[in-house]
Amino acid sequence: MLDEKVFYPGKLDIAWCPGCGNYGILRVLQKALAELDIDPHNLVMVSGIGQAAKLPHYFNCHYFNGLHGRALPAAFAISAVNPNLTVIAESGDGDMYGEGGNHFMHTIRRNPNITNIVHNNMVYGLTKGQASPTSRRGFKTPVQPAGVINEPFNPLAVAIALDASFVARTFIGEAERTKEILKQAIRHPGYALVDILQPCVTFNKVNTYQWFKESTYWLEDHNPLDRRAAFSRAIEESEGGKLPLGIFYINPNKVPYNQAAGIYETDTRPLFQRSVDLEKLRGLLQSYKE
Amino acid sequence: MNTEHKDYSVVLVGPAGMGIQTVEQALVKILKSAGYHIFATKEYMSRVRGGMNSTSLRVGSVPVSAPVERIDLLLALAPGGVSHVSERISPTTIILGEKEQFEQEIPAGIRTIDISFEQIASAIGNKLYSNTVAVGLLGAVFHVEGATLEDFVQKRFAGKEQKIVEENKKAIRAGFEQGLRLVQSGLLDIRLQPDSRVKNQIVMEGIEAVGFGALAGGCNFIGAYPMSPSTGLLTFLAKHGKRFGVVVEQAEDEIAAINMALGAWYAGARGIASTSGGGFALMTEGFSLAGMLESPLVIHLAQRPGPATGLPTRTEQADLDLALYAGHGEFPRAILAPGNLQQAFELTRHAFDLADQFQVPVFVLTDQYLADTYYNTEPFDLSDVRVNHHFVETQEGYLRFALTESGLSPRGIPGLGRGLVAVDSDEHDEFGRITEDLNLRTKMVEKRRSKEKFLIEQAIAPMVRPAPKKEHLVICWGSTLPIVQEALEVLGREDVGLVHFPQVFPLHPSTAAILAPARTRICLEGNAGGQFARLLKAYADVEITHRILKYNGAAFTVEEVVRRLKEILK
Ligand SMILES: Cc1ncc(C[n+]2csc(CCOP(=O)(O)OP(=O)(O)O)c2C)c(N)n1
Ligand code: SF4
Repeated sequence: MLDEKVFYPGKLDIAWCPGCGNYGILRVLQKALAELDIDPHNLVMVSGIGQAAKLPHYFNCHYFNGLHGRALPAAFAISAVNPNLTVIAESGDGDMYGEGGNHFMHTIRRNPNITNIVHNNMVYGLTKGQASPTSRRGFKTPVQPAGVINEPFNPLAVAIALDASFVARTFIGEAERTKEILKQAIRHPGYALVDILQPCVTFNKVNTYQWFKESTYWLEDHNPLDRRAAFSRAIEESEGGKLPLGIFYINPNKVPYNQAAGIYETDTRPLFQRSVDLEKLRGLLQSYKE
Repeated sequence: MNTEHKDYSVVLVGPAGMGIQTVEQALVKILKSAGYHIFATKEYMSRVRGGMNSTSLRVGSVPVSAPVERIDLLLALAPGGVSHVSERISPTTIILGEKEQFEQEIPAGIRTIDISFEQIASAIGNKLYSNTVAVGLLGAVFHVEGATLEDFVQKRFAGKEQKIVEENKKAIRAGFEQGLRLVQSGLLDIRLQPDSRVKNQIVMEGIEAVGFGALAGGCNFIGAYPMSPSTGLLTFLAKHGKRFGVVVEQAEDEIAAINMALGAWYAGARGIASTSGGGFALMTEGFSLAGMLESPLVIHLAQRPGPATGLPTRTEQADLDLALYAGHGEFPRAILAPGNLQQAFELTRHAFDLADQFQVPVFVLTDQYLADTYYNTEPFDLSDVRVNHHFVETQEGYLRFALTESGLSPRGIPGLGRGLVAVDSDEHDEFGRITEDLNLRTKMVEKRRSKEKFLIEQAIAPMVRPAPKKEHLVICWGSTLPIVQEALEVLGREDVGLVHFPQVFPLHPSTAAILAPARTRICLEGNAGGQFARLLKAYADVEITHRILKYNGAAFTVEEVVRRLKEILK
């Protein structure tokens, strides 16, 4: 087991508000990766834009901090061209489910070997408090002064509907259990979604630590291999109940992208170590003479 | 019939779904194997069935690589076919088809040979074989051996049901016999001299030449969303990619495609994002990211007429400004615009090296005309194909954006070396962490911009023909090269020279010196605004005296260029 300090980047000016749930996610992720013995030199964090998306900057690892909503396509390609890397795509709920909603859907369909961590604070932090796709009905903001009227996006139900290979939700107030779920998700071959409920202490005065504590409970006696059961647990809250936490769904039979695409069948080297096969190219050119 | 031609122009017209493309592909192969030079270009409507499409073939005893208006032989495969190309019919045109079907369409005095491909095909078993009959007939008319034709059918339908192979053989034979009858009766006898050089040449479409260039350039990732006329590259790499270790992904949209390509480069692959104007409009966000990340990137932008969805299957050269000004903020880029198959291969290949070496995005700017045009050419030179990667093995303390004398920071990739590779879309420090240090901002802007000097140093010089210091210069860029070349041959004036730009941005430093001495500078391009003429003014301070512009969706033809040059050079 590594010392989690290998992931500490040294003294930095962190741009998060004191008390923000992002700190918890940062620490838990560092612990989880240390316990999994993942070398920072084999770890790539990919993020979009937002408060959550700044996390890689506070990490000692490779990172690709790209555009708002676009972490997943980049993460997919990184894992497709170098399967030796551990790839984590992390960002906020606005980033992943709003601007990046289309990519969210289609990355699940591709099933690349990446872990998708979503900091779900039910609000836009960096742009100062507008509604996010997961904001509850009635949530008031300067842009939604009369309260949100749209149906909140249910990432778990969508992911299970798309038969994502690993789907979980946790709350950062429960650090230990979150860490264990993250470890399972990172170890899981194929796409793994971990939606982490995270209070934004500055712009979301409704969904606070207290609120999350009172409005969530842990799944027990739930079989994550049962997709129908998983789906019905995922939509529970819409019927007025509390939000369940835990691993909702695992499909152990899904083939990860790199395997399905056959890119590493006969040659396991990452693409950067390969070169053009001149013989094959000559052969192909020859076929155009006929 | 005109036997004086060194080349013969055959046009096939019929509705989509009738298999004109199949006839085109078959004839290209058969006539090439018989030792003729061959050129084929198509125009088609944006629909899967019906409408009217045409394919223009030139069969030559000398190289042919540009479209002409002239039609020597017209094969009309359905009613409406003759009217579709009526403007191109002249007294020397011979029309081949079922007379009854075209009664109304055929202009007075035009020779017609009455043949019903359908009837012949139906007699064999299915009117679907009309195509094969037509191929057989044309084969005979061009003096191709019967055995060559049957061989072709055997190969072409290999793996299909025996019945289908046999019936197609019958069909090609039937067509062949019809053709022989025409030749023997003197109705249609085309004598062209085969050229022994043709045998060892290759024949392919422009889009395939781009694909070849990509493979030779070490491309091992493509992210693309289908859009005519760029789709052929995605298809090409999908077909051959697995053998060459290429990750081929049909993205959910162009935004994903370009971000994927950037992710691929980040992790050490050589990625291309391929699209057309409408798709590139979506990619501009990611294009700007390439500028900020100082990431290499190759973009294949196959132009078609806009704005918006425009004319999906037609051609234009109107996305030069889009490529030139795309992306917010300031950063360098290179735009390469191949003029022929050789350039499509070489420039695409070069794009990967250029992008890799200087950590900039590079465009391969093609268009529908180039993409869909076939002809025979010398095999590409693969002798020096090798991929020189420009990434480095990193050391502890590695800085991805190190401020160096030259402006280039050594590019590391994750998984190679002891350094960490951090890239960020916000303004960043040397390591790659977000910064709002305004002094550092100034340095980073200058660093990014300074790479332009490398691109200028490496710029490809314009091609000047036949010799510099001409009174009049015709200036063109991209796919119009062979058309202008042939037009100038036809024009035959000693005082007119040609300058073609395979690289349109940044311009080669010799540009002004080449263009300035001429008395007239005529810029020919396939758009309405004279985009390249403006670029020449802005970046080389060269004044264009005349413009030849075309923007109806069709490519220039040789005759048209000659006419328009004559108007200017009275
Ligand atoms: C294309 C684009 N549109 C808008 C923005 C502005 N923007 C930055 S972050 C953000 C939302 C962030 O919300 P979320 O993803 O929930 O992250 P949080 O800040 O709450 O962690 C927006 C809209 C942007 N950077 N880029
Ligand atoms: S604005 Fe909200 S999400 Fe952002 S750092 Fe502050 S508390 Fe955290």
